[in-house]
Amino acid sequence: MTVRKNQATLTADEKRRFVAAVLELKRSGRYDAFVTTHNAFIMGDTDNGERTGHRSPSFLPWHRRFLLEFERALQSVDASVALPYWDWTADRSTRSSLWAPDFLGGTGRSLDGRVMDGPFAAAAGNWPVSVRVDGRTYLRRALGAGVRELPTGSEVESVLAMATYDSAPWNSASDGFRNHLEGWRGVNLHNRVHVWVGGQMATGVSPNDPVFWLHHAYVDKLWARWQRRHPGVGYAPTAGTPQVVDLHETMKPWNDTTPADLLDHTPHYTFDTD
Amino acid sequence: MSGLTRRRALGAAAALTSAAAVTAAVTTTASADGQGHDHGHEAPTGPAAGHDHGAPAPFDEVYRGRRIQGRPVAAGEHHGAHHGAGYAVFVDGAELHVMRNADGSWISVVSHYDPVPTPRAAARAAVDELQGARLLPFPAN
Repeated sequence: MTVRKNQATLTADEKRRFVAAVLELKRSGRYDAFVTTHNAFIMGDTDNGERTGHRSPSFLPWHRRFLLEFERALQSVDASVALPYWDWTADRSTRSSLWAPDFLGGTGRSLDGRVMDGPFAAAAGNWPVSVRVDGRTYLRRALGAGVRELPTGSEVESVLAMATYDSAPWNSASDGFRNHLEGWRGVNLHNRVHVWVGGQMATGVSPNDPVFWLHHAYVDKLWARWQRRHPGVGYAPTAGTPQVVDLHETMKPWNDTTPADLLDHTPHYTFDTD
Repeated sequence: MSGLTRRRALGAAAALTSAAAVTAAVTTTASADGQGHDHGHEAPTGPAAGHDHGAPAPFDEVYRGRRIQGRPVAAGEHHGAHHGAGYAVFVDGAELHVMRNADGSWISVVSHYDPVPTPRAAARAAVDELQGARLLPFPAN
């Protein structure tokens, strides 16, 4: 059984194996297919049109399935690897071990945002940014530049306390847990973390930065915490909503899985802690 | 755009949409106040209702050494047809994918998690983010 662990608790060997598996997916071309898929959905999901991956109730189950696909790809390289999560309420400094050279590498240099250390630095030759929106082929970050502070634990608590999963109009204007976690309204959790990291993480091709997976693994964990907090509250909407994925409707691009199929994460993985 | 210069096309677009832009300026001034992100002078974006009514006015300026342009477009006129925003933004002639949120704020593909009040603000944010790099036409992505 896959156990997703807090990145701060990984052993040196676990970090090494995770990095090696990611680099192998990159080398084989499989990694970039994930970046392409994400960008297609982020550009196609609109508030008044069809919306599946973002700005809609299926933001959470869509990313749960997307991460499962990526984790299974990693495990096809090294069966011992699981996706770690980054609790950005706790590890909120640029000096966190997350950003050390033995794991993801640090922030970018001021001249051009280029990441200069770690396994994903362009100079190492193993991380060409191929799926991109501009001419730059190197991984970039500007930790803490786009916004000064990552969300706090109390801000997360305020969102976990929301007793409605989602609400009409089922988009970036909605009230409820999903949109506050996504960040289009309120204290802003998920969106703000993308902005805090900067570089490709602030763009539609955000999975170019491997921290994408650790960020979304924590967002996913927050969904599980919310479910435990509100056991009687289900995914919404449940039927008949144009342009929006209802509880029992299949999701693109897989077309074989519904939000209902993904509400319980425990058939697929567990977390190191509740 | 064959047979038309860019300037003429922009002029035509401006003439077609000026009435809508004025309406937007009148009806949404209050909602645009106090957001403080943008220092431009274009009409603010309209409220959530509808794509086609209250589209922002065109703009054309040089910002930090790069030409940024924005103009309302008809459905299907986008190169990539990824969405129906009804408005196109260009950086040095390359189209920047932009999107309007339900609250009237805007994002672009190079700043996708950080809404700003207007398409001009999104274009300027893109120039800031690009640090001189060339924007790739998005159908190629």
